[in-house]
Amino acid sequence: MSILLDENTTFIVQGITGREAVNLTRECLDYGKGAKIVGGVTPGRLGRDVHGVPVFDTVAQAVEHHGGPIDGSVVTVPPAFTKDAVFEALENDVKLVVIVTERIPRGDVAEMVELAAERGARIIGPNCLGIIVPDVIKMGGIGGPAKDAAKSYRPGPVGVISRSGGMTTEMSSTLSAAGLGQSTAVSIGGDAIIGSTYAELMPLFEADEETQAIVIYTEPGGRMEAELARWVTENNSRLPIVAFMAGRFMDEMPGMSFGHAGTIVEGKEDTASEKIARLAEAGIVVAEEISEIPTIVKEKMGARV
Amino acid sequence: MRFFEYESRAIVAKAGIPVTRHGFAKTPEEVRTIAAEIGGPVVIKSQVLTGGRMKAGGVQFADTPEEAEGHARHVLELEIGGHMPRGVLVDSKAAVKHEYYAGVVWDGIRKRPVMLFSDMGGIDIEEVAEQHPDHVARMHFSTLRPFADWQAKQLIASLGVSGSALSRLTPILARLARLFLDYDMTLAEINPLGQLDDGSFVALDAHMDMENEARPRQKALLHELGVGDEETRQAREPTPFELAGEQVDAQDHRGVAGNVTEFDGNLGLVIGAGGGSLTLFDAVRAHGGDPANYCEIGGNPSVRKAKGLAKLVLSKPGVDKIAVMMSIVSNTRVDIVARGVIKACVELGFDPAEKITIFRIPGAWEEEGFKILERYGVDYADRSVSLHEAARRAVEKIQGTGASNGAGDGFRQTTGDVGAETDV
Repeated sequence: MSILLDENTTFIVQGITGREAVNLTRECLDYGKGAKIVGGVTPGRLGRDVHGVPVFDTVAQAVEHHGGPIDGSVVTVPPAFTKDAVFEALENDVKLVVIVTERIPRGDVAEMVELAAERGARIIGPNCLGIIVPDVIKMGGIGGPAKDAAKSYRPGPVGVISRSGGMTTEMSSTLSAAGLGQSTAVSIGGDAIIGSTYAELMPLFEADEETQAIVIYTEPGGRMEAELARWVTENNSRLPIVAFMAGRFMDEMPGMSFGHAGTIVEGKEDTASEKIARLAEAGIVVAEEISEIPTIVKEKMGARV
Repeated sequence: MRFFEYESRAIVAKAGIPVTRHGFAKTPEEVRTIAAEIGGPVVIKSQVLTGGRMKAGGVQFADTPEEAEGHARHVLELEIGGHMPRGVLVDSKAAVKHEYYAGVVWDGIRKRPVMLFSDMGGIDIEEVAEQHPDHVARMHFSTLRPFADWQAKQLIASLGVSGSALSRLTPILARLARLFLDYDMTLAEINPLGQLDDGSFVALDAHMDMENEARPRQKALLHELGVGDEETRQAREPTPFELAGEQVDAQDHRGVAGNVTEFDGNLGLVIGAGGGSLTLFDAVRAHGGDPANYCEIGGNPSVRKAKGLAKLVLSKPGVDKIAVMMSIVSNTRVDIVARGVIKACVELGFDPAEKITIFRIPGAWEEEGFKILERYGVDYADRSVSLHEAARRAVEKIQGTGASNGAGDGFRQTTGDVGAETDV
């Protein structure tokens, strides 16, 4: 199985007529069993189509055209309009919103997350590439064009969660090459506040029978690794977790942000070394190099059988 | 982006929170005038974007305008933690009865702002939280609903503060919470928040940090404060090399080829994307390499931008060779980056095969990219070579060349003919 998505998931693309959104739509339609993209939304573009996907002015029109609730939305509109687009999706009963847009101020993200919680919906991102269930469906630009995504992602037992979109693919490709496929890979986004953290996705993977191990990509900044360590300790998780920590050099440069907006080291707990210590305390192995990850995963999975 | 104290004061005052009489001055003469206007004892505070002012001698007390002018002469010339002051704040010395703390920050786990209040102000709040946890009260609040006065009241009262102090503190904390959201702050702190002998409250010092991403929509406030678009207010001022990197990235709006940070090594890095750059920079150092810079390529930049970034790195004094490496790309095209870096080498008169230690960018359009690299004899790797292995090879090559190989030895005719090079 998988988490968040399956072959029946329906979604729309908000901002579908933008250059990157047009590409993303093509990629998702082509990948795996073919995503069920039931509409696109760009205000003022009603009646057009993007690779055969009908374009609407509003989410409500897309829902009406579909004739029932739509599961998800990929939001690719510019940062100044993202909050409104996400609110529109949530108020039209969309339950899974993937926000690709980057450079959204935290205040807006907090509002979106709060409304999503009130509506019983989930947000992935912002500043992410989306979700992929290998050979089945992808929602977002993750992995790129279908033929490229097929090179990197294979079905299998590992759940992947990453703060970097590109590194989701790099790590999955390394796993695939070693014969370890992925149940679902989620690019959760590189911002300081994101819709779904590692700890918030863990219960989903925990409940997914196919998933036998978790691989995460982490960075300095924020407390979400500490939150994961706490979750693992408190919930006695069945899943071994292997982590990779990038940006160790940033520990020498407090107050500077590299790579993603969320990476700024503002306090001692935000540093790479502190996070590595926290993860290790919770029994999470932190690999020195990505190439070591498959071997560690296999060892850990073997140990549990 | 950080604000200077004098700007933070202006923001606090604009939100309706009382502040002491003060003025901002850039010369000793201005300090004297302001001190005379204030009348009575004043405090002269260096305006730098760094801590440790008091220890460094950047805060001085004066009883008369003449004394203030004398202190200002010294403080205005005093470098603190590598920063020269932008000016000084001349503040009236208030008769403070008690010092409180009020601040708002984001909690990334709860995904909400959290307000902190303490009746032990004047010292670092983290220290208070560690040593006197019962003197710090915390409250998360909604970003969807307007902040209400009762929320501030409840927080303050939870520390046992009552009477007129409670009713006077309530609107101050409520206004602080609102300004935090209204102005997209990541930190809004009043410390100390002083209670004067007459029972009234004033912000004696304020510290504000605004989210960079919000700068476009906070233009009105920034304009009012006189903060220019060119002021990055990073932890460290950008170097000319870094500013040149920003110019490369600003050439057009396609993708990113920038986010350059200067280091002093000999291996130039043309790397990406966000997480890939973090991983690769670590990897180069883990293998004993000495990076000349950090940078990021992503989002499919134009050939021109990729070329501009590579040229900038290649031209940096002390750079012997470059490594071109990224995590697997899905959106950025391999061939575009390959064209950009080869053009950069050729236009600077370098042999790409000599200057590029390794090209490790697998992914979209890789076949096309690898063909170009082969034509120029550049050593490249596909996804079967890990990021760390690629970094190791780059370091091995540059260390193998010895220290004497400067930029001059790169002037070698390439094997390709010039006509073909222009349409790389």
